[in-house]
Amino acid sequence: MSVRAQAKISDGLLKRADRPVVIAFACIVALLLVGSLYSRSFLSPEYLLQQLKVASFLGVIATGTMIVILLGQIDLSVPWVVAVGGMMSTAATGWGPAGEALAIPFGIACGVALGLVNGFGVAYLRIPSMIITLAVNAVAQGLMVVHTGGFSPQDSSSPAMRTLATGDLVFGLPNALIVWAVVGAGTIFLLNRTTFGRAVYGIGNRERAAYLSGIDTQRIVLIAFAIAGGLSAFGGVLLAGYASKAAQAMGDAYLLPAIASVVLGGASILGGRGSYFGTIAGVILITLLQSILSVVQMPEAGRQIIYGVVIIAMLLLYGRESRAR
Amino acid sequence: MTDWRYVFSQNRATLLAFVFFVVMFAIYSSNHPAGFSANVVQTAANKGVLLALVAMSQTFVVITAGIDLSVGAMFVLTNCLASWIVVGTAWTGALGVAGVLLTGLACGAVNGLIVIVGRLQPIVATIATGAVFFGLALALRPTPGGDVYGPLADALTGRVFGVLPASLVALAAVVVVIWIPYRRSVIGRAAYAVGSSEQAAFMSGVPVDLAKFCAYVLSGLAASMGGLFLTFVTYSGEASAANGGTYTLYSIAAVVLGGVSLYGGSGSAIGAIFGALMFRTIGDLLFVFNLDPLWQPLFQGLVLLAAICVGAARLFQVRNRLELFE
Repeated sequence: MSVRAQAKISDGLLKRADRPVVIAFACIVALLLVGSLYSRSFLSPEYLLQQLKVASFLGVIATGTMIVILLGQIDLSVPWVVAVGGMMSTAATGWGPAGEALAIPFGIACGVALGLVNGFGVAYLRIPSMIITLAVNAVAQGLMVVHTGGFSPQDSSSPAMRTLATGDLVFGLPNALIVWAVVGAGTIFLLNRTTFGRAVYGIGNRERAAYLSGIDTQRIVLIAFAIAGGLSAFGGVLLAGYASKAAQAMGDAYLLPAIASVVLGGASILGGRGSYFGTIAGVILITLLQSILSVVQMPEAGRQIIYGVVIIAMLLLYGRESRAR
Repeated sequence: MTDWRYVFSQNRATLLAFVFFVVMFAIYSSNHPAGFSANVVQTAANKGVLLALVAMSQTFVVITAGIDLSVGAMFVLTNCLASWIVVGTAWTGALGVAGVLLTGLACGAVNGLIVIVGRLQPIVATIATGAVFFGLALALRPTPGGDVYGPLADALTGRVFGVLPASLVALAAVVVVIWIPYRRSVIGRAAYAVGSSEQAAFMSGVPVDLAKFCAYVLSGLAASMGGLFLTFVTYSGEASAANGGTYTLYSIAAVVLGGVSLYGGSGSAIGAIFGALMFRTIGDLLFVFNLDPLWQPLFQGLVLLAAICVGAARLFQVRNRLELFE
């Protein structure tokens, strides 16, 4: 029986797009079971909630990354847009009461501005996204270096940011998790129930066809990149609240996990295919993997190796392209 | 004699990169406090050659329309390895060099196998292998340190006949020994064909898989030369995540500045080398103009942004809006 026929049989039970999501969630359960062999605490609600809280920072950032990947593009400017979000919101906090009140929207707005530059370059100047986002990343880094060195801004976050990232106002659920849930629900609605979302999938499949069917593809790409920039910066705002201060390299650790979690969730890096549930699974999977490796006191070297091997192994399980021709 | 125009148009991007580099380096050295001296050139060359080798490594893969985000990690891994095994006497040093280069080849082969046999997208596959390579580097050198065989390091980072930087001579040798034969071989031409259109290449009987595999393997080799050279410059090995990340990103920038198309099928490693040297010179320009070093990253970023926006000039040639969406 050919692979295709096997896939068809499993299609009877699950929609084709959902298969990676199911595998990813199965891997999460497997990870937890393996972890619980080492220590019972891996199955305790406190540990799981803590993990979900940590995952929500990556979750917010990965949401933006996913929208861009659905377009068939990539956003390499994540590290410094995250840093811009964190650093500009803490800087605004230092500008008096008005600044403190507007700290969070201001941080996000800075990210949207950088996202607009990305989107303009990709959509209207037709520069490959890999290059323009790389350049915007470099410019954002330069701006932040000048900003910290030249103006010595405040780097501690406002009480509102701290509450948003570390508090738990409703039923003991971490606020960060609620934020991620809201962002996630918004994204699912946007992608599945609006013309914008359908256009994003359309462009990811073939921009030419989407254009010929009357979609203003350039505007959609511009908006999508702006959203991605805003979400990255929002992730930075949350991280600054979590650590109660912003630092220059705070976003460096988020680019690769964000891309990896989107891809592990079954989205095609070529665009046009993938669901948000997959990204949720990918984010939780990556966070759990990192957490378990650090709990068992694996040295950083081993952690990196296992991390890479797991990503490759999982992709070989279900992320392979069909043979061309 | 009549086809010089074709040769010219084929190498226009490389020539442009060369001209830009010469102009920038002229501005740089004429404003340098020490002037255009052998010392200035030697320092600039040593820094430039590091990035040039990594950019060359990136070029091999980019020509086949792939991308290798693990070049930085391979560079760091081979640096750490070299700080262990390229030591002792001339003989053990030479064995060590061979070992380092073989490791680079092996890393490239792993990337190639995962992309070709595993059929994963190069961008994700090399992100993951990059993590593995970096983990190995950390295992080798949890803290910076190590040593290198001194005479060889001094010879390669010094000067030939007191004027010419040895690193540039070595780089030229690499180009002559590896790039030019590769470019003229069947495999090299196949790599360009695969980059232009994999389907068409396959239909014409081009050895698609072999060409891609060789590209990844050579990429690993060039990255390991970069790592080896870093060891010669710093006399030590360091598993620095920052180094790995920057060199990967800068290698893409250098490749683009050097006129290699990220869509594959055009450009040359020589262009990428000049792109790398140019990128390094941009970074140093502010220094000679006595501006605050604080502004250097921003300046470098803006120049990069401006340079790639120049590429958008081709939009003026578009006759039909549909051509935009190819």
